[in-house]
Amino acid sequence: MTQTLDAPRLVKTKPLLIARNVSKTYGEVRALCDVFATVYPGEVLGIVGESGSGKSTFLRCLNLEEMPDTGSYTLDLPDVQGNLFDLDRYARRMLCATRIGIVYQNPHLGLLMRHSSSGNVAERLLVAGERRFGVLRDKAEAALDASEFPLDRMDAPPIELSGGMQQRVQLAKAIALEPALLLLDEPTTGLDVSVQALVLDTLKRLQQDRRITMVIVSHDLGVIRTLADRVTVMRRGMVVEEGLADQVFQDPQHAYTQQLVHAKL
Amino acid sequence: MTVILEVRGLSKGFTMHHLGACMAAFDDISFTLRAGEFLLLKGRNGAGKSTLLRTLYRSYLAASGSVLFHSAHGVIDLTRAADVDVTFLRRTEIGFVTQFLTARPRVSAEALVAEPLRLAGTDADDALAQARHWLGAFGVKRDLWPAYPTTFSGGEQQKVNLARALILPRRLLLLDEPTASLDAAARAALIDRLAELKRQGTAMIGVFHHPGDVSALIEREIDLTPDADPQEERTDVAV
Repeated sequence: MTQTLDAPRLVKTKPLLIARNVSKTYGEVRALCDVFATVYPGEVLGIVGESGSGKSTFLRCLNLEEMPDTGSYTLDLPDVQGNLFDLDRYARRMLCATRIGIVYQNPHLGLLMRHSSSGNVAERLLVAGERRFGVLRDKAEAALDASEFPLDRMDAPPIELSGGMQQRVQLAKAIALEPALLLLDEPTTGLDVSVQALVLDTLKRLQQDRRITMVIVSHDLGVIRTLADRVTVMRRGMVVEEGLADQVFQDPQHAYTQQLVHAKL
Repeated sequence: MTVILEVRGLSKGFTMHHLGACMAAFDDISFTLRAGEFLLLKGRNGAGKSTLLRTLYRSYLAASGSVLFHSAHGVIDLTRAADVDVTFLRRTEIGFVTQFLTARPRVSAEALVAEPLRLAGTDADDALAQARHWLGAFGVKRDLWPAYPTTFSGGEQQKVNLARALILPRRLLLLDEPTASLDAAARAALIDRLAELKRQGTAMIGVFHHPGDVSALIEREIDLTPDADPQEERTDVAV
């Protein structure tokens, strides 16, 4: 950080997400060191950094599937209190299922590849307690539609679908319960450029129509530039810079960020 | 008149770590801008005109000095305001007009132009009606309104860009060569719209390759060329 900014004075809304001093080591390896993030409702935070920078580990911590050694994490939601890292396993699982959606780079992590696509989406609703078959099917269909998935394929298992379509199924599953927070881990990495553009466009639409709060992790600056309002740059488990997206890309302060921005083709 | 912007001792340089050097862009700029005033920035290429605009908009971080913006919600120093406050002001009070349209795939020209109104809370039908009005005013042909601007020519994209940038009246408008690549009719429409916004109290700071286009609007000028004579006449600026 080269410069400290004032606390917000005009915007009175409280942040939805505050994470502070998140640290984690794997044996000798320091994966995260005092990582922090603040995200306001409706905002998109982009996290960039090269492979091994700790950005995906941090995202998994925000999804409560990985527990840091130390740190605090709060979500400003009506019935959610305290440091979420202190919740027991059951409470964590319910919170994730109902309030947080995630899309992984690898669809195998997020989907049952041999179950129907609509079933994959409905499973999320089942976990949240919905039992009526008609409602399950309608809601799954609506979520797939919002993710711009072709509905005539909704009963096909993900294993029979293209990479782009698999990401749309993951996205439908993630938004089916209208989560307060949507986490995206390299959602378009590995897709054809044209498919990548379409998936990004779907994300942009969802964000504009529903004002979903998002945290998106990518090594691809173009993806972050397209979606993010603010950017955090990570390197070797640490935050080296954060700021407004246009500012970080046009006037990067840290030597590493300058190298990253100038390395873009 | 109401003060809108007070710039005090503003300096900007770029530290380039790979060269181990710092490039100065401009140094110790101060001025005050009131509602309805138009300030022209002049200076030779590389004098820092666009850099100053971007520093005011906070796309660039200032090296030193302050930019006190008198918003509808109080005075705030844009050089150190929180990111969310800057985002809020960009959505509501501070506009930046460039010569480039940021078109998005599968978003029609009219939806793109209506977007600032939608974000400000205008209902969809009203926003669309106003968007069509401004597309017409800037001379975009009616059949293009529902089309995707990604496929438009440079000139047509620029008209869409202007309609979008100027649809919502702002307290402060930053203009970075908005007349580039415009035909005469669109240029006239732009001048009309700027004059109208100025009468309504919008304060403006602009960089123009051909300042003659906007000479009728200009109250004051600042020359950013180092060692320039601050008293220079404005008639000699056509570069």
